[in-house]
Amino acid sequence: MLIKKGAYVRIRKNILPPGKRAKGIPEDTTKVPFKCWIKGRLLEEGELYEEARIQTATGRVVTGEIKEVEPRHKHSYGDHVDEILTMREIILREAWGDDDEKL
Amino acid sequence: MMMRNYDIEGLLRRKNSIIKKSVGLDYDSFEYDGIGFDYEKMMESTGYSFADIQRLQDGSMVGRTPLLELKNITRYARKYAPRGYGARIFLKDEATNLSGSFKARRAAISVHKAKELGYEGVIAATSGNYGAAVAALAAKHGLKCIVVQECFDSAGLAQPEILEKARACEAYGAEVVQLSVGPELFFTYLDLLDETGYFNASLYSPYGIMGIETLGHEIATEMKEKYGKYPEVVVVTNAGGGNLTGTARGIRRAGGKDTAIYAASVNLEGLHMASDKDFNRKSFTTGHTGFGLPFATNPDRTDVPRSAGRPMRYIDRYFTVNQGSVFFATEMLAVLEGLERGPAGNTSLAVAFKLAQEMKEDEFIVVQETEYTGAGKHHQPQLSFAKKNGIEIRFGKPEAEIPGENIVLPKSARDISLKELDLDRIRSSYLKRYRDQSLTDEDYRYLADELRVDTEKIKALLKEMKA
Repeated sequence: MLIKKGAYVRIRKNILPPGKRAKGIPEDTTKVPFKCWIKGRLLEEGELYEEARIQTATGRVVTGEIKEVEPRHKHSYGDHVDEILTMREIILREAWGDDDEKL
Repeated sequence: MMMRNYDIEGLLRRKNSIIKKSVGLDYDSFEYDGIGFDYEKMMESTGYSFADIQRLQDGSMVGRTPLLELKNITRYARKYAPRGYGARIFLKDEATNLSGSFKARRAAISVHKAKELGYEGVIAATSGNYGAAVAALAAKHGLKCIVVQECFDSAGLAQPEILEKARACEAYGAEVVQLSVGPELFFTYLDLLDETGYFNASLYSPYGIMGIETLGHEIATEMKEKYGKYPEVVVVTNAGGGNLTGTARGIRRAGGKDTAIYAASVNLEGLHMASDKDFNRKSFTTGHTGFGLPFATNPDRTDVPRSAGRPMRYIDRYFTVNQGSVFFATEMLAVLEGLERGPAGNTSLAVAFKLAQEMKEDEFIVVQETEYTGAGKHHQPQLSFAKKNGIEIRFGKPEAEIPGENIVLPKSARDISLKELDLDRIRSSYLKRYRDQSLTDEDYRYLADELRVDTEKIKALLKEMKA
């Protein structure tokens, strides 16, 4: 898929491969690469997962692999969590109920 | 061009010169000959008086937040207190600051300093509210802003709270640099400072900490004026130590000499903060022991040579609480007081709810902050994210919670329980690195100030360690 120059994208860059991580960090972390993600406008047309240059919000030019075009925000208010409803019921019952627990 | 594959050794070699150029302060001038440095001299080096700080914050629409009495929560707490007990609980609604948290107080001063010194932009390393605060203030001052976040684990998962912070920073026009889990964030940070020549809007500079002094000052002054006395206790959610340090200094400055300063952190014992696997097994990204304890025992583990946040100089008592109880307190604040606020800021509320029950009913306990809430930054997405990561959510005794395995919600407010940390153990951890060093009288005096004990106590703790 050809991505137009000027499109807003998220790029990814590998900074440190697994063997080159900082010393003294937990073993599980040493086994994975250290990566970076930045958003900006494409400076030339590109292809998904191919290397490209972007200009960021501060005007810096950064090179990386195109990960996502017009990235959406993926966080939300989440799924219903029934335990929250239960907490709410407990709190309202305890706070407004007339059970005086004074010692 | 930036984002080259930098070499860590090279950056470390140039660390001091990069930092020096980026903070506008000569930290060497505060150093003593031995292990210590002149903390008060550093705090006075900003060129701003307290009145200047207040004026700068007023001009930035920061500070002078409402101090609210939580009457329904107080009444609730009293149900579990002996007769005559149950202190009045107050809350400083810091969520009403520009950008939604007390962090705007820090950013207002740092960003103003950057502007004054002629920097083109500011950089901050933070996955938390500070990023949004720096971004908002930079927007106001017409400066460029980069926020560096520790964000994704190797599976590409991020805490919803951190994603929300990234969104907020972007909304204020900042560039957000998101990174994998790991302490190498610091090298990327150095690399960016080096590349851009921007101001290091460190959380731990004297500017940042002075900015929080107004918070403590407002609490003490308002209580004294309205109720004729300073609060007996102020509870501060503690992570990097800056919030506690600034608040305590502000209270003292306002005359609240006898107000006790209690630290509160979410207990995340057993989770390693730099572990790729553990990163998304917690439900709090700040206000927890994973920051609170390391920064108490070694405040200088920051992005400046000397941190202005030095919590052990001010803490009277230190409590931890489980994740489930903080979510319970968050729900309580919403349904009993009509205040929907972000969970992490409510750590001190959970602690105050319990402590109020041990205090007399004419005493005052102040919860010193709240933070904004929104998508991702809310107990529902945080609990639903935890469930997706295999964390068990259940009701029971909060003491049974095992961070990273489960979240135990109290089945009654009566069950909220705290753990009090032994400050002498924290002091000993702090002193460990000096165990085999011969110390001068000046060194001992410095350590006594750092740990708020006398020099005899320092000697005794060191001796105990050698034995």
